[in-house]
Amino acid sequence: MFDCEINGIKLQVAPGTTILDAARQVNVKIPTLCYHPDLPAWAACGICVVKVEGSPKMLRACATPVGPGMKIITHDPEIVRVRRTVLELILSTHPNDCLQCPRNGNCELQTLAAEFGIREVPYQKRVRDLPQDDSTPSLILNPSKCINCGRCVLVCQQMQNVWALEFQGRGENVRMAPSADFKLNESPCIKCGQCSAHCPVGAIYERDETRKAWDALEDPDKHCIVQIAPAVRVAIGEAFGLPPGTLLTGKLYAALRRLGFHAVFDTNFGADLTIMEEGTEFVQRFAHGKGALPLITSCCPAWTDYMEKFAPDFTENFSTAKSPHEMVGALSKTYYARKKGLDPAKIFGVSIMPCTAKKYEITRTDEMFSSGHQDIDVVLTTRELARMLKSAGIVFDQLPDEECDLLLGDYTGAGTIFGVTGGVMEAALRTAHHLITGENLGDVRFEQVRGLEGVKEAIIDIEGTQIRIAVAHWMCNIEKVLDRVRKTRADGKEPYYHFIEVMACRGGCVGGGGQPYGATDEIRRRRTAGLYQDDEGSTYRCSHENPHVLKLYQEFLDKPLSKKAHNLLHTHYKSRPQYKANRG
Amino acid sequence: MSAQATSKKKAPVEAAVPERLTPALLAFIEEWKPRPGNLIMVLHRVQEAFGYVPRQVAFEVAERLEIPVARVYGVLTFYHLFKLKKPGRNRICVCMGTACYLKGGEDLIFELERELGVGLNVVTPDGEFSVEAVRCIGCCGLAPVMTVNGEVFGHVAKKELPKIIKRFREAACTPPSATT
Repeated sequence: MFDCEINGIKLQVAPGTTILDAARQVNVKIPTLCYHPDLPAWAACGICVVKVEGSPKMLRACATPVGPGMKIITHDPEIVRVRRTVLELILSTHPNDCLQCPRNGNCELQTLAAEFGIREVPYQKRVRDLPQDDSTPSLILNPSKCINCGRCVLVCQQMQNVWALEFQGRGENVRMAPSADFKLNESPCIKCGQCSAHCPVGAIYERDETRKAWDALEDPDKHCIVQIAPAVRVAIGEAFGLPPGTLLTGKLYAALRRLGFHAVFDTNFGADLTIMEEGTEFVQRFAHGKGALPLITSCCPAWTDYMEKFAPDFTENFSTAKSPHEMVGALSKTYYARKKGLDPAKIFGVSIMPCTAKKYEITRTDEMFSSGHQDIDVVLTTRELARMLKSAGIVFDQLPDEECDLLLGDYTGAGTIFGVTGGVMEAALRTAHHLITGENLGDVRFEQVRGLEGVKEAIIDIEGTQIRIAVAHWMCNIEKVLDRVRKTRADGKEPYYHFIEVMACRGGCVGGGGQPYGATDEIRRRRTAGLYQDDEGSTYRCSHENPHVLKLYQEFLDKPLSKKAHNLLHTHYKSRPQYKANRG
Repeated sequence: MSAQATSKKKAPVEAAVPERLTPALLAFIEEWKPRPGNLIMVLHRVQEAFGYVPRQVAFEVAERLEIPVARVYGVLTFYHLFKLKKPGRNRICVCMGTACYLKGGEDLIFELERELGVGLNVVTPDGEFSVEAVRCIGCCGLAPVMTVNGEVFGHVAKKELPKIIKRFREAACTPPSATT
């Protein structure tokens, strides 16, 4: 620790602390635009400049570490004037059509313009007219709104190791785009949507499909059903001014009924079902040698897309169990339709997801039509649902709590933790323990798989049986896990791991690309705590105890991995070359 | 007749064969692969070999160097030197350095565009010519300067251009065996 001074306030900071972070310690907010705490500071925009005594030029607070005895001025008329000029120059190249922009109300550039009291832009307008890229089912690129902050490129390359986006060109002509004139959908893009979650403006955003949902809700012939993913319930409150991590399951159910949905289900039910299928699959492979090890989870569609493009040598390791919301979708148009005497063709299924890749998943293969219809008709992100609720005039945070429709909505604590990194693994271990020993765990918590560390490894002992597991999240961490398995595979040794869980987004689905804007590790932790709180408060905490899942097997599916379960609840993966339209 | 049919069949196939890394380029890549800064070196060589960096070759370079395609294109599009489109058989470069610019380099470009009927960086429909504006080529005493296929022309006057173009166009009509 050493001494320094910010605006005359003396403080002590640890070596390596940036001026930006040091200023926050004394409650001074230096404006930023390109900087994001998830990413390395790279000083692109220049709005965070400060004066440092002894330095002939202004320094960028995001990328400058505090030195011993440093005297820093963060705000004076000259500094503010420089920042204002930076902002005015950016605004002169921006369309400024805020009222029609998907980021209206939560745009970082708009906020800064408001904070600086911008009333006019003195520079000549020079907006680049570049075409939109709407090739993927998940994301829209609108490069005309891009302010060249570079976050999306850093996210795509460094956080996610996908390299779909890159700076193309230089200087005033630089664009963030896929390479070689490919559309995003032909690029290696895995649709995780982290670029959209990190974009400060409306240059990258989720494909808005709320119209489809409204149309179905208005159609008297349609029977509209909806389900919510685990991570949605602890994040949607942020869009209504509630603290991150506030558990809002009951209010969500109530709100969705008010929107006009005829049945409100829960993806957590599907998560419990996934565990029944995947857990059984694991025991089959692990204890009975039927199938490849390690078993790798496949709930995350961005991850499965990554594997199909970057690591097709792991195709046979993937769990064939569909993701939870696809299971609920398939059952809603078979089991539920039959029980209610409904024509499945008239059922319209909506999934509320923290995820943009789920929009892609619902038409990924023919198996997503296993009910004879498209199992899920539309996926809306948490952000889209928040907009629907606001436009419907629902005072969300004041609603009385309601229950969901239990048939495909009842869930255990194991189901709800699917929304955090390590949660699928923990849920699977709780049930695997039961499947292997025939007994239930006393303490169901597996602390080894919890937390925000990129790769978590553990050896789990189930009555003398050792299971080697790994949990990876935030895509840049996965290759090292796969390489360890590749090595043992090449050496003809026992697999390095038996079971691997992967989620594409940092923190798991709580940090998903479709969640409310502004996620940081602190917010991810609070959302995570919300889901663990949900788990702790659940009557049942293991998927195999879910009474409605048991009833489903009894009445309809027979048993896990049965023929019917295979037809409705399982899928397959294959190699999908990147840039496939090319190479001629 | 059968011979004719074969040749007819063959010609379009040959035309459709994409540019590929040559054995010499492959060897160069192998040599440079472990060294830092290899991408720029390899791309220079590729451009020397083809006159531009064909898309297929850029993808092969990425594969051989085991780097993402995006990184290759990040570099390719950053430097003006690298061309992504095949230039004309005769490549005209007009210097736009300060001296040449002041001495009328831009007029040369306008005149070439008029004479050839295509704009900057566009290949004439017959594939013969393309014109580009380049940075200072280092012989300011001869301003305005242009090069055609590397041959330098100094103190160029607009009225000389048709003659120069004609010379290079006719060079194409000469059978290769007739040239020395």
